[in-house]
Amino acid sequence: MRTLLFLLQKEFLQIFRDKNLLRQILMAPIIQLMILPWAANYEVKNISLAIVDHDHSTYSQKLESKIFSSGYFKLADYCASFNDGYKLIEGDKADIVMEIPANFEKNLVRENKQKIFLAVNAINGVKALVGTGYLGNILNDYNGELRLQWVQPSKISPIPSIEITSMNWFNPGLNYKIFMVPGILVFLVTMLGSMMCALNIVREKEIGTIEQINVTPIKKHHFILGKLIPFWVIGIFVFTIGLTISRFVYGIIPVGSIGVLYVFLSIYMLAVLGLGLLISTYSDTQQQAMSLSFFFIMIFNLLSGLYTSVDSMPGWAQIITDLNPLRYFIEVMRMVVLKGSGFHDIQHQLIFVIIFAIVFNGWAILNYRKTT
Amino acid sequence: MAESVIKTEKLTKRFGDFIAANELTFDVKAGEIFGFLGANGAGKTTAMRMLCGLSIPSSGKATVAGFDVYKHTDEIKRNIGYMSQKFSLYEDLTVAENIRFYAGIYGLSNKEIKDKSEELVHQLGLEGETKKLVRELPLGWKQKLSFSVAIVHQPKIVFMDEPTSGVDPVTRRQFWDLIYAAADKGMTIFVTTHYMDESEYCNRISIMVDGVIRALDTPYNLKKQFSANSMDEVFYGLAREAKRTGD
Repeated sequence: MRTLLFLLQKEFLQIFRDKNLLRQILMAPIIQLMILPWAANYEVKNISLAIVDHDHSTYSQKLESKIFSSGYFKLADYCASFNDGYKLIEGDKADIVMEIPANFEKNLVRENKQKIFLAVNAINGVKALVGTGYLGNILNDYNGELRLQWVQPSKISPIPSIEITSMNWFNPGLNYKIFMVPGILVFLVTMLGSMMCALNIVREKEIGTIEQINVTPIKKHHFILGKLIPFWVIGIFVFTIGLTISRFVYGIIPVGSIGVLYVFLSIYMLAVLGLGLLISTYSDTQQQAMSLSFFFIMIFNLLSGLYTSVDSMPGWAQIITDLNPLRYFIEVMRMVVLKGSGFHDIQHQLIFVIIFAIVFNGWAILNYRKTT
Repeated sequence: MAESVIKTEKLTKRFGDFIAANELTFDVKAGEIFGFLGANGAGKTTAMRMLCGLSIPSSGKATVAGFDVYKHTDEIKRNIGYMSQKFSLYEDLTVAENIRFYAGIYGLSNKEIKDKSEELVHQLGLEGETKKLVRELPLGWKQKLSFSVAIVHQPKIVFMDEPTSGVDPVTRRQFWDLIYAAADKGMTIFVTTHYMDESEYCNRISIMVDGVIRALDTPYNLKKQFSANSMDEVFYGLAREAKRTGD
């Protein structure tokens, strides 16, 4: 026990003396949480629309002004022909070309029927899909207004129609930041934890102090605990900064209990630090440790459900996400912060993270040798 | 002479096909300054690492301070001090913090740590420097401090792997004063070096060539045996036969 205290004292002295590390611990979460949630944006705005208007009528102008007043579209240009519009798409100046045929107004009035052609640049699939969706809605709306003008409202509507009223639970305003911020915070804690832990141990290998430690009677588990505990504390500290930022900058107040989050976090940190430890046992230089950590963090990140829903991944990818600790914490964060889930609801995730903690640390301890 | 504190019999270490240390048999007496000479790659460090419990021998027998190197590495570690080739103090800790840390993990009590730190700082003339980061000390002082820290728990044996490489002659001389002081207190010193003048300071020397001990005796007897005027000649005579090149 006394040995452990000396080890901890030494680690903390070194950490507090390392200005770079301190900056990383303090500034990384602040800067990243201030910037990333704004950039990791699902809302599609500023869709460039090129208009080919062959009609030049009051109706076509009304339609155009309705589109631009929605706020989602900006005008790329008015084109004389579809070919001109297509060139704008090729030059990446327009996302969508809307072609209004000649006699648009006349046909609409006389025959009650008209078609509009949309050509979409689908390089950015999401933007294309969402853009056409918006436009479709606006056109539908426009259609409805026209109908009101022309068709005499009767007591019994001749065409039965279903009107949809929907309600968004847990995130009524569909504010994507409420969804992203907790996830990004988990990602940050994971990255800082695993990388700092791995680099710290490998650094001792590089400068040779680990050999001096190995020749002392320090027990393996003392040494490992001496490394884990400081970074465990730092992880919890960083997480707390993150929660504070999300409270005061983004106004996110967890619906569920913060206690549940911290219990989960403290176990999750053990898993993450175990991974760092494991990486350190396989690396001899900080460079190797860095590339190994990066490899895992990239995969964990993209397969975590942070950006894309796990449910829409192919079956085999979903199986891989089962092996990703990050995924479980992101799920738990969103469940607790948005839905107010309690221990009962996060049992499944908790069990998996406990297994990760045991496997990573056990494997690392087996692999860490004082002798060769 | 006194009892043996290190005893080896056909101690061997193989790395695949490569035999780094081949059937080493020697013993070191208590209180002796035992020099381990050899060119780079001769197997000195490998032999020393086996004796410190850092590396498990492939075959052969060895005991250090009466403990078996296969079974009782923990007991060995409690009884030895070790100063590796690489500088092994924490450069981002101060002189006092380094002493405190190593004394602490060897289980010295707070009072012992305090007394020992004062004694050590005084002996090295580092008063006024205790709050300095080790990084800021000149190399010679670092090495002297490193040695003092390695023996802070007063081990029976201290192993040193080329402790004076890169140090100026004056500091080397002072360094050897520290070694003599430790030996006077009954500590056994096991030191590798490739400075021939230093080998003259040792009670006995073994010379390793290509993983094998080629000569083992007092400097005086070795010179006589190889009819050489200096240890330099003895060493070159043997080292010239080496087939391995440096590490």
